Amino acid sequence: MSAADREMAPDVVLRAEGITKIYGGTVALDNVDFTVYRGKVNVLIGENGAGKSTLMKIIAGAETATRGRLLLEGQPVHFKSPREAARAGIGIIYQELNLFPNLSVAENIFLDHEAMRRHGFLVDRRRQQEAARRLLERLEQPIDPQAFVGNLRLGQQQIVEIAKALARDVRILIMDEPTSALTTAEVEILFRVIRELKEQGVSIIYISHKLEELLRIGDYVTILRDSHRVAEAPVSEIDVNWIVEQMIGRSVSDTYVHQEHALGQELLRVEHLSLPRPGGGLLLDDVSFQVRAGEIVALYGLLGAGRTELLECLMGLHPEASGTLWIAGQPVRGRTVGERIAEGLVLVPEDRQREGLVPTLSVAHNMVLASLRRYLSGLALSRKKELTAVRRLISDLGIKTPSPQTLIEALSGGNQQKVVVARGLLTEPRVLLLDEPTRGIDIGAKADLFRLMNRLAGEGLGILFVSSELREVMSAADRILVLARGRLTGEFRREEASEEALVAAASLGQGPASEQAETGEWAAGGGLQTGTTDGSQVATPTASATKERRDQPHPHA
Amino acid sequence: MRNPSSVTSREPAARRSFTLQRRQIQTLLFQLRAFVALIILVIIFSMLSPDFLTLNDLTIVAEHVSINALLAIGQSFVILTAGIDLSVGSIVGLTAMVAGYLISQGLPLPMFGVVVYFNVWVVILIGLLVGIVLGLVNGLVITRLSVAPFIATLGMLYAARGLALLTSNGATFPDLGGDPSLGNTGFPFLGTGNVLGVPMPIWLMILFGVVASFVASRTPFGRQVYAIGGNERAAQLSGIRVHRVKLLVYVISGFCAAMTGLVIASQLQAAQPATGESYELNAIAAVVLGGTSLFGGRGTILGSIIGAFVIGVLSDGLVLIGVSEFWQMVIKGAVIVLAVIIDQLQQRWQKRAALA
Repeated sequence: MSAADREMAPDVVLRAEGITKIYGGTVALDNVDFTVYRGKVNVLIGENGAGKSTLMKIIAGAETATRGRLLLEGQPVHFKSPREAARAGIGIIYQELNLFPNLSVAENIFLDHEAMRRHGFLVDRRRQQEAARRLLERLEQPIDPQAFVGNLRLGQQQIVEIAKALARDVRILIMDEPTSALTTAEVEILFRVIRELKEQGVSIIYISHKLEELLRIGDYVTILRDSHRVAEAPVSEIDVNWIVEQMIGRSVSDTYVHQEHALGQELLRVEHLSLPRPGGGLLLDDVSFQVRAGEIVALYGLLGAGRTELLECLMGLHPEASGTLWIAGQPVRGRTVGERIAEGLVLVPEDRQREGLVPTLSVAHNMVLASLRRYLSGLALSRKKELTAVRRLISDLGIKTPSPQTLIEALSGGNQQKVVVARGLLTEPRVLLLDEPTRGIDIGAKADLFRLMNRLAGEGLGILFVSSELREVMSAADRILVLARGRLTGEFRREEASEEALVAAASLGQGPASEQAETGEWAAGGGLQTGTTDGSQVATPTASATKERRDQPHPHA
Repeated sequence: MRNPSSVTSREPAARRSFTLQRRQIQTLLFQLRAFVALIILVIIFSMLSPDFLTLNDLTIVAEHVSINALLAIGQSFVILTAGIDLSVGSIVGLTAMVAGYLISQGLPLPMFGVVVYFNVWVVILIGLLVGIVLGLVNGLVITRLSVAPFIATLGMLYAARGLALLTSNGATFPDLGGDPSLGNTGFPFLGTGNVLGVPMPIWLMILFGVVASFVASRTPFGRQVYAIGGNERAAQLSGIRVHRVKLLVYVISGFCAAMTGLVIASQLQAAQPATGESYELNAIAAVVLGGTSLFGGRGTILGSIIGAFVIGVLSDGLVLIGVSEFWQMVIKGAVIVLAVIIDQLQQRWQKRAALA
């Protein structure tokens, strides 16, 4: 950039002026101004459907504005494609990951700007892998650059997406919910990288639903509501309550509701649950716990701790697991998911798009999918019975949909999530299993979800939910189980839980102590580290990994 | 897609404003495009050839169509799960040959020194059983051994055709009228008989169409088929026995193919080992023309039947107005690709409408 540019706009790198975007007959953005300050983290907040993603797509060249203009360094620009925007130094990390599962990590990172051999058409794989390895090291992830992205867990994929953006020289980097699949430790790493980028003069546009996170990392905040910009302020002048009021006009204390319920009989008992890891070791190591009627139990742990696998085992998705299950005192006999559902367990999966929704079906048909037998009249499904059940849950859970026949894809993330929860509830479960139920939904929908969990617990359900958000775990659960490296490393009642204790328990048996100690809040677990610093913590022999594999799959797990 | 409930539900929304209403009509026309295309074809051909709309001719067209429609009905279930069945043409051939063999040669039982000739009903049952078993093999290879449907059924395409040739060493079984003294007459009725003035193949098409539509749209099994095609993992987590449902769709497809083979052998009163060659492509084309997505999860049985009619009317009509067989192929190919292009456009529209 030239000196003249600097004088024209001393600290603004990009301005969007009067942006209006109309889809069909709907106004997605209405005369919105947005300023990106150089070398700052510019936070964009709004409920789902407020227009955040549309605005970002316009800045990144994936959409063009109906009206309004973009000024980059004071010059009007017109991006006709993401490629043009990328050439101008604008990178974006989308919320829904844009990775190719069938390509390697390195290939994904360098897609479309491959490292070439000197003369020509051949990709220099070795150079790419080397560069990818360096990027991943910077992100402190021991991910093999040659691994296929499809084999990585969601959180790791998100790290790859971030690496992909870092691999290009960007001056403006848009991050749309980059932390939704990351654990606390990984969020810390990401924040460190963001601070480094700022020092290098990179401007960040940061979108997230996690308000505390925004206040920690953000410099300026812009709030969108109903396609309008309602406020802009430096972070130093505001707090969470102000943001929430601007966003939805109600107070944050409503989000995490918790009521005490009288605990009833034991609904779920898990004993000695173990799951072998393909290629040796254990993904779950002798896990035992129980959930009682009216109880909300949180399962907290870092990425890869085995939380998702634990819920999957309960649903019968891992026939190779061993251990014993009881539901309401009865030993579980079912092996298939359908039989487990019949016995009173149901899972709301983590990845809504990949595992929850059937995009080709309507809201109603998505909702009744797991309980079809209940609507039979003779051989046929009774439309009346289906609609009665569907209408009841739509009003019960406050699902915002034009009609039960609307395609599920037309709903917002929060409402889609409610539909998946409703699907589970229609099976009349005794224990509801929720895997990261608040991932990628806005604060209003989150509050609804926690209220619902409380109500269900009040009605005598047992609830087991996985979460990597400390605040959520500590405020919503009666009891917190901490899983680390496949083992239960902590159990806390609501009153006795503290952030430090949870984090310490979650990092038992985790890798390099030095890195974690840097971040301060991680020091608590430091004394128990095995002390390897070469990034090989995955292979670090721990008690769980070296323990002999428990074989003989037990009939009940 | 052509789900009536989704159409009725949009009606109140359509009254909201003029622009919305226009979009509704456009959407409806798009969804019924195969039907619209069919009407247009009929109008064009009846203008170009006065014979076309005579009842006699329409019955002939419907008879031709019924063969492809039966195959398309079975194929629809498979494609709705995002699978494909390339073996149906060969199953048609093998079933025809098995029926031909049993009627004309009987089943020799050397240890008793006798040849058993079956009643025609038994022959038909055995023929259908052949289709079911081959469908079962397809399904088992796909679900238990995780072979891609394209490959598994491609293998079956070759294997079943080979078996069909083996039954007669490549020869034709002529004269399937049966022998009154053996008590196995009546087979030709299936393909050439009339009930209430309507040919049997058309009755079969109606019967299969009604039953299949009911199964697809009103039963839990049908709903599970759509769910698996839309998102297999979500279906699995909802407790659907994905493997079992997939197995069944290939059995259904095999069953429909066997019925088709019996009808053809009966119509010709002869069984040739080449019967049904490349019919799988006609069936797939009919399904796609009818608006079913090859990626699974979207489409209807009625759409596939209309698709079969479009193909049938197109080929018979082109013959009637004297278009050469070579040009017919070119036109057919263009129509199929055009149908998919329109389908893509509709997808884009719907998405835009959903976002708006």
